[in-house]
Amino acid sequence: MKASPEGVLTGAHYLDGDHACAEGALAAGCRFFAGYPITPSTEIAERIARRFPKVGGVFIQMEDEMASMAAILGAAWGGVKAMTCTSGPGFSLMMENIGLGIMMEVPCVVANVQRGGPSTGLPTMVGQQDMMQARWGSHGDYGIIALSPNSPQECFDRTIQAFNLSEQYRLPVFVMMDECVGHMTEKVVIPEPDAIEVVPRRLSPLPPGEYLPYAANGDKVPDMVTAGEGYRIHTTGLTHDERGYPDMTAEAQDKLVRRLRAKIDDNAEKIYDHECKRLDDADVVVVSYGITSRVARAAIDAALDDGLRVGEIRLITVWPFPAELIRDLAANTKAFVVPEINLGQMVLEVERAAAGAARTIPVTHAGGWVHDPQTIYDAIREGLRGNAAPRKSARKPRKEKQP
Amino acid sequence: MSDARKNAQGPATAEPEATPDVRHPMEPFLRMDRFPHIWCPGCGIGTVVTCFADALKKGAFDLDRVAVVSGIGCSGRVAGYIKLDSFHTTHGRPIPFATGLHLSNRRLKVVVISGDGDLIAIGGNHFIHAARRNVDLTVICINNFNYAMTGGQVGPGTPVLAISTTTPFGNFEHPFNLPALAASSGAVYVARWTSLHVRRLTNSILEALTKPGFTFVEVIAPCPTLYTRRNKLGTSLEVLESYRDNSEIRHGADPSTVDISFGGKIVIGKFVDIEGKPTFLESLDAAMHRALGKDYGLGKDYYMRSAGQRALVDREARHD
Repeated sequence: MKASPEGVLTGAHYLDGDHACAEGALAAGCRFFAGYPITPSTEIAERIARRFPKVGGVFIQMEDEMASMAAILGAAWGGVKAMTCTSGPGFSLMMENIGLGIMMEVPCVVANVQRGGPSTGLPTMVGQQDMMQARWGSHGDYGIIALSPNSPQECFDRTIQAFNLSEQYRLPVFVMMDECVGHMTEKVVIPEPDAIEVVPRRLSPLPPGEYLPYAANGDKVPDMVTAGEGYRIHTTGLTHDERGYPDMTAEAQDKLVRRLRAKIDDNAEKIYDHECKRLDDADVVVVSYGITSRVARAAIDAALDDGLRVGEIRLITVWPFPAELIRDLAANTKAFVVPEINLGQMVLEVERAAAGAARTIPVTHAGGWVHDPQTIYDAIREGLRGNAAPRKSARKPRKEKQP
Repeated sequence: MSDARKNAQGPATAEPEATPDVRHPMEPFLRMDRFPHIWCPGCGIGTVVTCFADALKKGAFDLDRVAVVSGIGCSGRVAGYIKLDSFHTTHGRPIPFATGLHLSNRRLKVVVISGDGDLIAIGGNHFIHAARRNVDLTVICINNFNYAMTGGQVGPGTPVLAISTTTPFGNFEHPFNLPALAASSGAVYVARWTSLHVRRLTNSILEALTKPGFTFVEVIAPCPTLYTRRNKLGTSLEVLESYRDNSEIRHGADPSTVDISFGGKIVIGKFVDIEGKPTFLESLDAAMHRALGKDYGLGKDYYMRSAGQRALVDREARHD
């Protein structure tokens, strides 16, 4: 269906990524926000606090991030689209109820504007260090969806996409921004409402009595209902059966947890979103995401100018990870170069998928600033040497000049 | 069924006699397909469930519009047995979950039923903030003086001197006085009863349910398996007798004076009942009307609109 015109600020704007994310939420139909201030994500909450009252949304600043996450789960069951935003320390606190959202299969969106960690780390400076936390941060096994925008325009677009995926697959979806993308101001074009596709809640057509809250459809996702409609559902964070009733058996656990994993894995082809360039004859493929994909641009352009055959993959859905794409490429590629503002997280996935068929070269950065493109250029050159044993220096974090 | 028993029921063709309604009066409120429940014989939680169901009955609530949210622990299992929209959430978080549920769907009456450890220790911050905001929730806290689900550890309400598995030589931490905590945080209704005082408790829950704002009822309840046994307080029946002999009804008592000491008097009654304090949503609406006038969007039925679905609207229309 199309977006409701009420929340859509159609036109060309000059927005930072945080504000664009807030506008994306409004356009997607989000009408409940619970959050807790944390740099560098606070501007999302601030804009929503100002915008919501006019479009019939409820904004509440909670006492902490556990409460924020719990509140958006409750709100989703109340029938609205709901979101929160945070950064690393808050993301850690939300993990508890993100797990509940996974288990209860609650559609909602969490925007994480990443900063340098661990702990309080670098509150005002960039990091991409929560990528594995996004995948595995809450305890237990489950599938997850995380998107990584690389511009304010994408903060708008991908937030809508995150809401759509959350409704389609009934789980919390992460918008893994970073401080640079969140605080960078660029042109953002917000389309007409009828040009914005939004996925409505998949409400059960069955009447109370026939409806089973966790009986999955063919796509392994169950239909939902809203509290107060007479269904008198029960839902729990405990392992449960199709009725939603606790079922403390290995059999029930196996059935439920495998489905929670499979509903993402089996639908991954439909969920994947990435930008690929020049992969057909590439000797080296640069795999990047978020702000780093824009920094890598300079290095790739320089390498192309040198006549090198460099391909690119920009991950938009970082989770689920497109392992097949990497696996297929690995046979005909000398190396993957993976720059990211952490000491090597998504590179582990690339390495796993390449399975030794091509070299994998991490270009690490501990956070606080973006890469010097020279380090990425050097890694591309390094990659051209092919499947030889990696030189020691290639594995070392590269020193670079700070501004 | 054995053949002998089948035969005893007579031939299948016999005209069935009018059978008397043998359903338990609480059945409409309970998920009978989930029984037997997990609670121990002599536990006070079931009594609170019965009083809650009785209050719903007396108040003639539209049961489709009442939701129960629980946290984790023995009392956290209440949500699993009540036949309403019921949510069994994470440890300590039923109040913020309930806050989101209520704020997104104003027509719901949202009730939190959970234990002392869940609501006051791990969830203590949420408790005081929901009371401060005066969110329209009823919170029923079943206080059995220990973490029972995990085997009987000291809790935020355990009296000084009481034995638990983690205070094997007697508790030496000062416990919270729950009514004082609720009242000082802004609750508009604060009462305490024991699981012996079923009639008064039922009436109190009904009062709390019908009063707008953050309403709080503490229920002192025996945990015979862990707390009362370890502290040699006798059988559950003896504990209930001690509630009878040892409790004093003092309506309007200053909440700061109703601390519970080990073996001491339990002051019960309705301590706080404030009129006229605006709820969170009333305050929100008033502030936005003041600031934005006609532009304030909550007058619109945002809840249906945002879900954006014809199906939902139709279903609601049928309901109304």
